[in-house]
Amino acid sequence: MADATLFRTCPDTGLPVHLPAQRLIKANAVAGVLALALGGLQGLMVALTRWPDLQLLPAEAFYTMLTGHGLNVLLFWIIFFEVAILYFASAILLKSRLAAPNLAWVGFVLMAVGALTTNYAVFQGDSSVMFTSYVPMRASPLFYLGIILFAVGALIGCFIFFATLVIAKDEKTYEGSIPLVTFGALTAAIIAVFTIASGAIILIPTLLWSLDLIPEIDPLLYKVIWWAMGHSSQQINVSAHVAVWYCIAAMVLGAKPLSEKVSRMAFLMYILFLQIASAHHLLVEPGISSNWKIFNTSYALYLAVVGSMIHGLSVPGAVEAAQRRRGFTRGAFEWLRKAPWGNPAFAGMFTSLVYFGFLGGISGVVMGAEQLNLIMHNTLYVPGHFHATVVAGTTLAFMAITYLVVPLIWRREIMFPTLAKWQPYIFGLGAAGISLFMMGAGTLGVSRRHWDINFTDAALSFSYPDTAFLMMALNGLSGLLAAIGGVMFVVIVVSSILFGKKRGDDAAETNPVIGVGGGQAVASYGSEGTLKLPGTMILVGVFFIAFFLYYWVNWKYLSEVWPLS
Amino acid sequence: MRERNIRSSAETGSGSGGTGDEPVPFMQRLLDNHWLLLLLGVAIPAVLYVIWGVMEVAQIPLAQ
Amino acid sequence: MAIFPPEKRIWWKEPLHGFELVWIGICLVWAIVMFGTMIVWHVIGEQNLSNTAYRIDPDVFAARTEAMVTQYTVREEGDTGIPVVHPPAGSDVYLQASLWQWYPILELEKDKEYRLHLSSIDWQHGFSLQPTNINVQVHPGYEMVITLKPNKAGEFGIVCNEFCGIGHHNMLGRIYVVE
Repeated sequence: MADATLFRTCPDTGLPVHLPAQRLIKANAVAGVLALALGGLQGLMVALTRWPDLQLLPAEAFYTMLTGHGLNVLLFWIIFFEVAILYFASAILLKSRLAAPNLAWVGFVLMAVGALTTNYAVFQGDSSVMFTSYVPMRASPLFYLGIILFAVGALIGCFIFFATLVIAKDEKTYEGSIPLVTFGALTAAIIAVFTIASGAIILIPTLLWSLDLIPEIDPLLYKVIWWAMGHSSQQINVSAHVAVWYCIAAMVLGAKPLSEKVSRMAFLMYILFLQIASAHHLLVEPGISSNWKIFNTSYALYLAVVGSMIHGLSVPGAVEAAQRRRGFTRGAFEWLRKAPWGNPAFAGMFTSLVYFGFLGGISGVVMGAEQLNLIMHNTLYVPGHFHATVVAGTTLAFMAITYLVVPLIWRREIMFPTLAKWQPYIFGLGAAGISLFMMGAGTLGVSRRHWDINFTDAALSFSYPDTAFLMMALNGLSGLLAAIGGVMFVVIVVSSILFGKKRGDDAAETNPVIGVGGGQAVASYGSEGTLKLPGTMILVGVFFIAFFLYYWVNWKYLSEVWPLS
Repeated sequence: MRERNIRSSAETGSGSGGTGDEPVPFMQRLLDNHWLLLLLGVAIPAVLYVIWGVMEVAQIPLAQ
Repeated sequence: MAIFPPEKRIWWKEPLHGFELVWIGICLVWAIVMFGTMIVWHVIGEQNLSNTAYRIDPDVFAARTEAMVTQYTVREEGDTGIPVVHPPAGSDVYLQASLWQWYPILELEKDKEYRLHLSSIDWQHGFSLQPTNINVQVHPGYEMVITLKPNKAGEFGIVCNEFCGIGHHNMLGRIYVVE
């Protein structure tokens, strides 16, 4: 049974907080933000190098920087923060103690050592193999070793989460089903287990190969299994940030899911089918049949996409319902106009939702159509897409919830509130710009991971259209904007943690971070009793039309390229 | 006021929905079975994506 | 709220919001349409990636490429004297990727079909034909055979769009399409 001295009661939420869990949440979140700071800086260097008129770094440094950028943000930042979310969604939301905190620390140390080892290998300059490290291109053994250590640590974190679910159930710290946010975290944890297992299956032999203990790794086989890790790791993000959307909507507005059943079924579609879309990366590989490609790339008849589209309705729907209960009932959009746009947690969450859906979601499905991938594979369209999902979607959502985590877990007030108010917009706009302009350049054929699109030193000559160069310049500017937003975030968070005013027990009344719920009425949700949601209907309608049109436009583009079969 | 709201919604946990002994529907039990979900979430992509994919690669014929 | 357990012990039986139901219906129909489109395009579309591929020893592939080059070279181009090859319409054409060049330069005839064999003799590369914008991954040890029909005359660049080391950005090939 839990030891009561290991708990404090949160004055804001009334939740009992397990102190060992709280320490782990802090450690993982801080490690994540440090990885974000480093990876983000590397991203800025990359963006300024790809700005053709600037070309900041020399070629070798550029490829090294790009390798580090991918690893630090796509793996280390995201997964450290996700482990923090797993501990929060299990121990804190279930009012339970965290299972085996000492083991969780072992996991944390493994992750930290792994991240440092891989970064060391990359900075040595002999492991500029990109995030994907496709064989037979070879990195130093430390590169693979670091990722493996990091993955083992993250796997420990996942099992701590599962064990905490068991403890909470056994000790009856909650009744009935786990909260929706915890269910979303569960989805992320399940996908993480698959991700990490796949990573181990391919990276351990690759490590042995880099030590000359195995003669050869088949490049196609490597790619199939590597992407079960590489793409699924980003599906962890999707699940986690959807959970974060629900969490922020609940905390700031008292919003409830329109229907527990529907939201959970949408997560179930993720659990079952999201991972198989790793096939997105193998649509133009030799020898893999169209049957496999079509089935897997479509997440099994697009059922996981249906899941996402359902979340795309139920998250804004929950916000609209909560706002209408609160009295913002005029017209279709009073609820949205009078939403707390000055609250960085809400602003970050809602912009993350919009960018993820409109930019990341649509482009991902379009690019993942078997034949459409022919006109997009390995062009800048690909990073354009995943900067919309991972930067404007996940990272922005994680930044948003940090504005709640600092006061609730660290018990510190957010410093520089005006700066904080602007931060999600600046970062979000930068990230959206990066995505849009890279997708634009990619549509014009510009290659990703390419130092010189002028081909100055090549034996032959070729030039991309002028518009592509404009896109790359705008991408550089957007990168600058996002970097400013990123620096603002790091400065605000780090100084709040270190020097922020201590949050007293009365702060819940004087400076609430948990929004006043819409009263009892918010409590009865779902079903016919619910209010009409015209605003959300219009939003999803606009979304669907955009999706529909953009999808067919791309088939039109495809039909104009050289016939091939 | 706010705390009361949160508590009240938390405390109604076992309340109103159906009588105490009504059987829990199958789908709800499935969604509450975390270990089964873990099994499905690992096994399905392992079979559909990884194993099928590896078989595809293994079946590529040698050039004449 | 989403951060607390559902209020009702049995939440599965809550009736749905009408619009939610409509939206789920729309999503499912759209899912089937998008899935069906990929299949239908295999029947009616002209741009489908070939499923024909073989394992091949890089040396064997290099030898076949060289044989084609010897037979059909019409001139040489570029700073390094890359052969330009004009193979007969309908024939087997080889394009070899290596660090860091596409070999050789091909000269094809508009609206004629060719069987293009694509492989690498060292690392992975990305075949990115511009400005028509066709992008295919190239692996060492595997050759993909694509039936290709250029539908526009002109000069096309082959950019490498898979990172392949420090000379990656200098890896540029060319295809001419002549009337």
